Amino acid sequence: MSLLQPKTLKPMSTSEAIAYAVKQANVDVIAAYPITPQTIIVERLSEYVNNGELDAEYIAVESEHSAMSACVAASLTGARVFTSTASQGLALMHEVLYIASSLRCPIVMAIANRALSAPINIHCDHSDMMGSRDAGWIQIFVENGQQAYDRIFQAFKLAEDEDILLPVGVNLDGFFLSHAVEGIATISDSEAAMFLPPRKAKYYIDSSMPMTFGAFALPDWYFEIKHQVVEAMEKVPKKLAEIEEIYYKMTGRRYGHVGAYKTDDAEVCLICAGSAAATAKFAVTSLREKGIKAGLLSIRLFRPFPAESILPHIKDVKALVVMDRAMSPGAPSAPIGQDIKTVLYDAGLNIPVANYVYGLGGRDISVAEFENIITKIIEDLKAGRPIERGVRYWGLRI
Amino acid sequence: MLVGEVKSIKELYGLDLIAPGHRACAGCGALVGVRQILMASKRPLIVVNATSCLEVTSTPYPQTMWKVPWVHLLFENAATAASGIEAALKVLSRKYGRQEHYIIAFGGDGGTFDIGIQALSGALERGHRFLYVCYDNEAYMNTGIQRSGATPLGAATTTSPVGTKIVGKTQQKKDLLEIVVAHRIPYAATASPSHWKDLVNKVRKAQSYDGPSFIHLIAPCTRGWYFDTSEAIKVARLAVETRYWPLYEVENGRYRITHPVPNPKPLEEFLKVQRRLSHLLLPENAEVLERLKAYVNERWERLQRLSACFA
Amino acid sequence: MAKVESSILPGGIISRPGSTSDYKTGTWRVKKPVVDLDRCTGCLLCWIYCPEPAIQKRNDGKIEFDYDYCKGCGICSVECPSKAIKMVEE
Repeated sequence: MSLLQPKTLKPMSTSEAIAYAVKQANVDVIAAYPITPQTIIVERLSEYVNNGELDAEYIAVESEHSAMSACVAASLTGARVFTSTASQGLALMHEVLYIASSLRCPIVMAIANRALSAPINIHCDHSDMMGSRDAGWIQIFVENGQQAYDRIFQAFKLAEDEDILLPVGVNLDGFFLSHAVEGIATISDSEAAMFLPPRKAKYYIDSSMPMTFGAFALPDWYFEIKHQVVEAMEKVPKKLAEIEEIYYKMTGRRYGHVGAYKTDDAEVCLICAGSAAATAKFAVTSLREKGIKAGLLSIRLFRPFPAESILPHIKDVKALVVMDRAMSPGAPSAPIGQDIKTVLYDAGLNIPVANYVYGLGGRDISVAEFENIITKIIEDLKAGRPIERGVRYWGLRI
Repeated sequence: MLVGEVKSIKELYGLDLIAPGHRACAGCGALVGVRQILMASKRPLIVVNATSCLEVTSTPYPQTMWKVPWVHLLFENAATAASGIEAALKVLSRKYGRQEHYIIAFGGDGGTFDIGIQALSGALERGHRFLYVCYDNEAYMNTGIQRSGATPLGAATTTSPVGTKIVGKTQQKKDLLEIVVAHRIPYAATASPSHWKDLVNKVRKAQSYDGPSFIHLIAPCTRGWYFDTSEAIKVARLAVETRYWPLYEVENGRYRITHPVPNPKPLEEFLKVQRRLSHLLLPENAEVLERLKAYVNERWERLQRLSACFA
Repeated sequence: MAKVESSILPGGIISRPGSTSDYKTGTWRVKKPVVDLDRCTGCLLCWIYCPEPAIQKRNDGKIEFDYDYCKGCGICSVECPSKAIKMVEE
């Protein structure tokens, strides 16, 4: 079996790994607009197309709004479609994101997560994606280039499944991941083709079945049509697990809805998403060496929020630390904090949650800082001090 | 299906691609033009529609007026949607043998002149093969008659009312076709549903080019222009006969007036039949009327000179 | 409700082309067009200017109205070159 054979790793940036996966996925249409830090992805794809290595139409649109609009139209026509964006680009796409999900377009989009203006900033945080979290897209976070590469194939298979038909965002931290080079284990073109055969859409724009897409629905129908997105979303966790099982058999790699590290006996569990999980892992290892029972849970599937996969890992801890790389001004918690608290409430658990917003605009967070955060919570617990319930802003200089 | 130039009305009979029962107002000028365009269109055809009166009144879920594949995404992106479909069919036919289609995108003046002009410009620049039709009723009729970049000088709309200080819209109409022509696309033309033969043959000419084409259609609106439901075609014809709406085409950069108007009727004939503009005939609004007349005359003269250049 | 939802295609696609014909817009009409067949020449100008369409060609080449859909706008009456169409009260 291939997973037992030593793999040759190809040095690639995460952006290049994504572009390579998209090429192997044999996409039909790419419509994209340049924006830092995702641009390398579409530059590589342009090269593939112009060198005849990928038979696809690359539509160099005049805005991200048009990028997503062209993607939706191409997807409705039955094509396999990819795009990539970040930050303001995702914000400009906002209204079209809802069209993509509501018209059930299986588009895959890489989002090189970047801060939103103002002030303008090109570096990483998750504010862009969090701004569109209710748009009906499946949202996946990756922690490294290998996950990004593998998730692209899984994302297409998931999106195009007739039970799902929802667009998928593959979120990679801008610069931290998009520009970081690592060794990537790739699958062969024939493995890719076997895992992901050409798209077979059931309904598509064609004169052989003259259908109306995007009709006007009044109060008598709107609610039911819109609810389809929720129904499809509910099927995602099981479907993704099935797809991962197939991919695992081919590659030996599987990521799950969450990434758990030393959560079994943890007293304090830290929850985060994206590349910070790798940093936090070192912190947890270091704390464990000091005898502190810390654990880490990385949110890999963010929408739908995998409550059932999360709960077993956190139900027995004494306190949780939820790290959000996005603000939600005026809200009782930052985005992931809100979701975790809902999971706890629904399970009848009153576990204290320390919710931190960190790393906005690309501000780095170190292993030592993660250790400090967890150590402080442990000390509070030991001293019987209550855990502060509101949102705190880690590393803010005021 | 039609072949070559349409000479008789009878050639079009039986080629309708829309069904009755749609919810457009009685006497809708846009629907007349859209019907004619669809009958003339080459096939197989896909229609893209910007958010507009046409889109809303033609697809009241779970019913649709359309007998061809039809798609609506948003207000400002009909040209982009057409781009996506065209590109998809191109690659899918290459890779998997899918059938290529003709594509017509319909947008109103708001969706074309204003909010959709960026998407339109992008699609024209990229050179996708599709026909974009702007049906121009010279205001945002779908939201209740607000002024747009297409509203003529002095016209009363709900956001440019005739007030005691300011009389209607204070700006001239944007010359959209010239913006389109500046993209150097193979074919662009104006048209009117009153001159059906001119219109249907422009559609066929537009679709003969392997690239983007554009038709700017006047679409008199009984509700927003305030005329009787029976008069949409009469008003459209007056627009042509007063030179308010010159019928011309720009084929590979060559200008040609397709319907010369050697003895124009006074512009007042067009204005007086519509309450949105009839106040311009009052003595106190004479200055606005003169400015509007100057706009119409200058445009006509310029077109005449351009046509003469290429004659 | 489950039954209602199962009848909806993905994204609310409408699979019956031309299905607005289920809806009879003739009820909107205030005045009704009536054709004088002696005057009708079968030029079809009324038909090409009908927004619905709610006019058909008869076997003899003259026209007839489809009152199921005619909204009574009266364009046909204004445009008829033979003055063959009169609008009468419903």
